[in-house]
Amino acid sequence: MKRLVLAVMAVGMLLAGAAQSAEELHNPGGIGGVESLRGVSELEVTRPADAFKRYPRDQGTIDSDYVYQPPLIPHTIRNYEVSLNANKCLACHSWKNAKEMGATKISVTHYQTREGQVLSDVSPRRYFCQQCHVPQADAKPLVENDFQRVDALR
Amino acid sequence: MNILKAFWRRLTSPSKVAVGLVLFMGFMGGLLFWGAFNTGMEATNTEEFCSGCHAPIVKEIRETVHFANRSGVRAICSDCHVPHNWTDKIVRKVQASKELVAFAMGTIGTEEKFKERRGYLANREWHRMKENDSQECRNCHNFEYMDFSEQGPRSVKQHSTALASGEKTCVDCHKGIAHKLPDMKNVEGWQ
Repeated sequence: MKRLVLAVMAVGMLLAGAAQSAEELHNPGGIGGVESLRGVSELEVTRPADAFKRYPRDQGTIDSDYVYQPPLIPHTIRNYEVSLNANKCLACHSWKNAKEMGATKISVTHYQTREGQVLSDVSPRRYFCQQCHVPQADAKPLVENDFQRVDALR
Repeated sequence: MNILKAFWRRLTSPSKVAVGLVLFMGFMGGLLFWGAFNTGMEATNTEEFCSGCHAPIVKEIRETVHFANRSGVRAICSDCHVPHNWTDKIVRKVQASKELVAFAMGTIGTEEKFKERRGYLANREWHRMKENDSQECRNCHNFEYMDFSEQGPRSVKQHSTALASGEKTCVDCHKGIAHKLPDMKNVEGWQ
């Protein structure tokens, strides 16, 4: 009985090994390498670089996935300067310009300090937009994801 | 001395050659002079010439879309800062002699001096472009031939309203497309 179980396990492991994906390291235990979701790279070989991801020019509004999510940027922001001298995002999204430019106003949370005190202009802690807000590239997800929004946001 | 006198005498005495030939020689001489004049002036329009004094700002354009882009169609210093048509170009070139004085005096000789003066210089250029209705932009980006079906929704909205009515000109919104921005604290439409 024990020998039967052992034999079945051995055959099973063999089949599992044979059924592995084609990409694998050619010298495991030798000079080593890295296996990851993006494939296999060995120590001595330079893996060819992936192509650049593209950012769509303008894709309408992207719905939020959870309640306090910083909204995603649906348009390209290439070369938009956000520095001490100028904030290009606010040139359209500030309360002063939003109506004329047809853009979403930044929320009131951007005018509060850490302690909740309301300021008369954008709080310095919220000045650099890209610390929270990002655009979306056309990258396919690497791992399957079955996240679902709460009922109220679907 | 005598050579000069002989030369002057020859220049001021009537010629034995036919009038037509003299006129033709004058015409050819004028042609050559015009060519040399324009070649010299175009040499002052090149990127190498400008970056001789304005190197830091020429460096800033390297990350922008007017320097390198998908199609390879680009703009250099003179395409935006020197008017295309002859009369305005000559006026601008004469005004540029002021910059030689600034070079001699070192008005923006160090980085600190340049940073201080940057807002003033930027505003001067923006004012010039506003006055001539962004003519330098329109030399390449012809509004009449803009295909709104190819533009993104934001561009369509802005171009078909403010730009079409003449209420705004290109440079009102498209500031900082080529160089970094100076302090935009009091500039209309920013922050």
